[in-house]
Amino acid sequence: MNFLAVIGRVVIGFLRAAGKIGLFAVNGVRHIFAPPYYPRELWRQMLNIGYYSLPVVGLTTLFTGAALAVNIYEGSSRFNAESTLPTIVVIGIVRELGPTLCGLIVAGRVSASMAAELGTMRVTEQIDALVTLSTDPFKYLIAPRILATVLMMPFMLVIVADTIGVLGGYLLATAKLGFNSGNYIKSTVDFLEAIDVMASLTKAAVFGFFISLMGCYHGFNTRGGAQGVGISTTNAVVSACIMILLSNYVVTEMFFSS
Amino acid sequence: MNNAVPKIELKGLHKRFGDKVVLDSVDLTVMPGESMVIIGGSGSGKSVTLKCILGLLEPNRGSIKIDGTEMVGISTDERKKILTKFGMLFQGGALFDSLPVWENVAFGLLAQNLCDRKEAKEIAIEKLRRVGLSPDVGSLSPAELSGGMQKRVGLARAIAANPDIIFFDEPTTGLDPIMSDVINELIVECVKDVGATALTITHDMSSVRKIADNVAMIYHGNMIWTGPKDQIDQSGSDYIDQFINGKAEGPIKMEILKG
Repeated sequence: MNFLAVIGRVVIGFLRAAGKIGLFAVNGVRHIFAPPYYPRELWRQMLNIGYYSLPVVGLTTLFTGAALAVNIYEGSSRFNAESTLPTIVVIGIVRELGPTLCGLIVAGRVSASMAAELGTMRVTEQIDALVTLSTDPFKYLIAPRILATVLMMPFMLVIVADTIGVLGGYLLATAKLGFNSGNYIKSTVDFLEAIDVMASLTKAAVFGFFISLMGCYHGFNTRGGAQGVGISTTNAVVSACIMILLSNYVVTEMFFSS
Repeated sequence: MNNAVPKIELKGLHKRFGDKVVLDSVDLTVMPGESMVIIGGSGSGKSVTLKCILGLLEPNRGSIKIDGTEMVGISTDERKKILTKFGMLFQGGALFDSLPVWENVAFGLLAQNLCDRKEAKEIAIEKLRRVGLSPDVGSLSPAELSGGMQKRVGLARAIAANPDIIFFDEPTTGLDPIMSDVINELIVECVKDVGATALTITHDMSSVRKIADNVAMIYHGNMIWTGPKDQIDQSGSDYIDQFINGKAEGPIKMEILKG
């Protein structure tokens, strides 16, 4: 009996949380389209989310591309299929590793930063101050963050992640594994299809939405003091990572399930 | 007899969090131009009363009227319109640390599109000067300011749009006695300058004696006494006598021990 009650409580708690996040998301997206707009705040967020994430995203994908090339070379040489390396690297990076790694890194950096910033604003009454200054916190704080992340993830970060990831594989293959530069580039370009790029950018936009949603939701609903901010930050990163991995599967199925 | 419409009128205000009743039935009337100070111990319901008036918390029942207009249950747009009449000094300043000081002061002006950025900056600098801060403070970040300076910037922000009603939440908390007096003086001057009605919550009696025209004491979620500042020492209430004299012995202490 108690066991059933525990299951019931967990299910109701989960549904309640999902409902709250859903309503928060609808409210946040609604405010993106309704005036007044805050272009300065949007620009500040785009700079912070896009530009300042570039170094860490670039470094991570560069080394991942190189490591992927080594692994594929070692694996494919067992059945004399080394020539498939450029194709597998480009498809692996563009379809999967570029957006997913980029999403996870940005979740760690941006989702945490949003939750900590909004959480601190909540506990220091800055969000209350916004309300008393006739400013809707959803318009001023949430909408620009969601929009900035959804724009920056595909159109800056994942494009760069995909390019540098492929470049990492190319550099290693040509410098260490003896691949011809021209042939490598030709194989890469020949086998990369538009749908691969579309899938990559779609994933990036979806990941961007969940990264900002989780960061904003947990930060905005922070309770308590420093400990509350810490809890919100952790919850934001963990939930954003889970949503990225889950939505990655869903989008992959949507594009490539035959 | 004064027939003016009260600036703020609370009737039977009740607020509970779960089973805990914070405001039982609060009645309060603040007339135009009056400086009302609500006193009371920690946890007596002062801040919750203020947050209900500001619309940050929704009361469970009761009425809040601003200039005769009911605030409880109104739409967000209507509330936003009424909020433009308000200025608020938060206990910790609540300055936006992502913005420089002048933008903090001018935030309400820019948010309500009352002027362009250039004019807003000029007004902000003027308001900073009004609270005793030099124009170069305007370009600093709030994190670079001392506690007293942050309070002054908060005050400048509260008066920037010349509000009808200014709220002060524990304006002298965390300040040394001299800076507390400076802030109290500034509050009196600024409220007079803009011709506003003021509602302050505090447990600092030196603030009360400096700022107030009238005083109300809240205890266990009810207003137990309201009257002019100069009658507070002869209120005849043991609760008020104990509070204003800061004595450990008295009915408030006894209530705490009973709890």
